[in-house]
Amino acid sequence: MPEKIITDSINQEYKYGFVTDIEQEKIPPGLNEDVVKLISKKKNEPEWLCEWRLKAYRHWLKMVEPDWAKVNYPKIDFNEISYFAAPKKKLNSLDEVDSEILDTYNKLGIPLQEQKMLAGVAVDAVFDSVSVATTFKDDLFKQGIIFCSFSEAVQDHPELIKKYLGTVVPITDNFYAALNSAVFSDGSFCYIPKGVKCPMELSTYFRINASNTGQFERTLLVADEGAYVSYLEGCTAPQRDENQLHAAVVELIAMENAQIKYSTVQNWYPGDKNGKGGIYNFVTKRGICKGDNSKISWTQVETGSAITWKYPSCILKGNNSIGEFYSVALTNNRQQADTGTKMIHIGKHTKSTIISKGISAGFGQQTYRGEVRINKNADNARNYSQCDSILIGDKCGAHTFPYIDVRNTTAQMEHEATTSNIGEDQLFYCNQRGISTEDAIAMIVNGFCKEVFKELPMEFAVEAQKLLEISLEGSVG
Amino acid sequence: MLNIKNLHASIEEKKILKGINLIVNPGELHVIMGPNGAGKSTLASVLTGKDKFNIDNGEILFDGQIINELPPEERACKGMFMSFQYPIAIPGVNNMYFLKEALNSQKKYRGETQLDSIDFLGEMKTKLKYVGLEESFIHRPVNDGFSGGEKKRNEILQMITLEPKLSILDETDSGLDIDALKIISEGINNFRNKDRSFILITHYQRMLDYLKPDFVHVMIQGEIVKSGDKSLALELENKGYSWILNEKVETSQS
Ligand SMILES: Nc1ncnc2c1ncn2[C@@H]1O[C@H](COP(=O)(O)OP(=O)(O)OP(=O)(O)O)[C@@H](O)[C@H]1O
Ligand SMILES: [Mg+2]
Repeated sequence: MPEKIITDSINQEYKYGFVTDIEQEKIPPGLNEDVVKLISKKKNEPEWLCEWRLKAYRHWLKMVEPDWAKVNYPKIDFNEISYFAAPKKKLNSLDEVDSEILDTYNKLGIPLQEQKMLAGVAVDAVFDSVSVATTFKDDLFKQGIIFCSFSEAVQDHPELIKKYLGTVVPITDNFYAALNSAVFSDGSFCYIPKGVKCPMELSTYFRINASNTGQFERTLLVADEGAYVSYLEGCTAPQRDENQLHAAVVELIAMENAQIKYSTVQNWYPGDKNGKGGIYNFVTKRGICKGDNSKISWTQVETGSAITWKYPSCILKGNNSIGEFYSVALTNNRQQADTGTKMIHIGKHTKSTIISKGISAGFGQQTYRGEVRINKNADNARNYSQCDSILIGDKCGAHTFPYIDVRNTTAQMEHEATTSNIGEDQLFYCNQRGISTEDAIAMIVNGFCKEVFKELPMEFAVEAQKLLEISLEGSVG
Repeated sequence: MLNIKNLHASIEEKKILKGINLIVNPGELHVIMGPNGAGKSTLASVLTGKDKFNIDNGEILFDGQIINELPPEERACKGMFMSFQYPIAIPGVNNMYFLKEALNSQKKYRGETQLDSIDFLGEMKTKLKYVGLEESFIHRPVNDGFSGGEKKRNEILQMITLEPKLSILDETDSGLDIDALKIISEGINNFRNKDRSFILITHYQRMLDYLKPDFVHVMIQGEIVKSGDKSLALELENKGYSWILNEKVETSQS
């Protein structure tokens, strides 16, 4: 019976599974050079960008789809996917955003109307393939901060895009990054000028709505010398029976003394209890600490998606630069996650910290894969890694693969890993004190994730905690 | 308060409790002694609702209500508490937070106002003294890395905080040093009143010097085979259990 309680407790209801009914424009499924050109043309892109896409596409054709040992899913037919979907109406300002879409974001708890905007948070809302609204844009611009959709940035700041696009994740990087480079539709762009501390949280909210589409966004974030920015990313999708592909690329660039904090709460539709439907989340995220004393922190809470494959990474090029990775990943029912990070130490006195917390329940399978590389000239580099897994029930799994590659003898490395179970005895102990099984699981899981949650911006920490509780919630008693 | 009628319980087809009868009235302290494996901890687990065990026959009445099917957290909320023979560690969960959650769940169940962290901390500080634990213990993860004796003290700390009507103390005395035995016994004595009842499971009579039990029962192979007063505990300590078994054989033959 405790087994049953545990299974019941982790049966989640996906709250964001509704579909928005709007008129939209969609390119028919299939991928070839004409489709790539069409996307570029629809977005009125300069010639060089179209060429860049085509180069990526041609390279992609030569690549083979990766095959990950611990992840199982049927082969994706890339010709059955539509590579562009957009709400039909063209927009000039927030007031023109389709009321259906506004409603959608309201339901998701992300109000876009001026009067209701989230205090202290500027939002770029990406609906299917396009950015539909960016809040507080003008306020930010007064301080020289550029925060807009990727498409707008291509029109308004082509020199910045040309300078930085693909410099952290080259088009040849991996199968999905190449595909993204060829067909990416929109995303967010952000530039914080020298010495500016961004006064509010910047945030992108991704929503997949259309069926049979892939979502391929591109996020590019540049913090110039001495700048600071904290960036949040959230995602949801409707409940559909077929799998949908999400293959994003995120590039972060931190110049001298700059600091970027990038937080993600990923809650794509995970599929149903039996593993039907759900998002394939294959994402390439990488940041470079280009200048001395720069810092990049990745914090992620991953509760959604049928399959997650992502390794937010840091290239620590500048001397004294710092890379951090804080992660909570939850896999329930039939979800699979293969996630972790790469820390590449190039500069001297560089430091990295990895804290990874994996929670597996139901039949969930989770793999932590981390690489720490200390290059030959990276004198006095330091890394601290801690990978903890917790298992709820006995049908799930957790696997840890830390790769360590040290080519400099002055490096200091520390690695810790633990695996524990939420056992029947722990639950009974809590029950005996008057705490229900549901609350007990939430309490234990929250305790387990504390170190990561404290890295999230306040509002997000509360949100993330709730999200975990919902994801583990069931029909007990 | 508690009325156990002909209770039979088993685990995986193995019969462990074979017809337990016991009445515990408000204010009474009952002691259960018996050899290893007799079923004492099983009785405690069955009373508090551990569902690994099956109730094959009989009834448990608590405050006049049959609770055979009641989930463990509801029994707890109705005022049943067990001090575990082997308290469980919950890494990552702060001891004070855990206890506050427990208390507030129980208060919520009973429709009482819940305590906030500040009031709760104040209350904890006084209660820690009763069990002789340092303040640092409430900020550590539940039972994680606690010594055997510290775990037992922590159990009693939980008891005096949750203020149950019926406390089942399973070998709370084992693992305690001589001073702790005295401190804990005094803590329990302070906590006793005419409404609160206790079932104390133990192998030794040393704690009984402090606690003054009303009844002592002997459990052997899943049955209560003899009941008496405090002097029975002394007799057991001197003579062991075999004489009772012989006595039992004689009575069943006559
Ligand atoms: N999960 C289980 N599976 C099989 N047998 C069990 C299980 N739990 C308890 N038992 C058996 O039930 C019997 C009673 O155990 P119990 O723990 O109640 O004894 P006890 O009287 O508390 O002993 P002690 O004085 O050693 O604490 C023992 O024979 C024990 O092996
Ligand atoms: Mg026992």
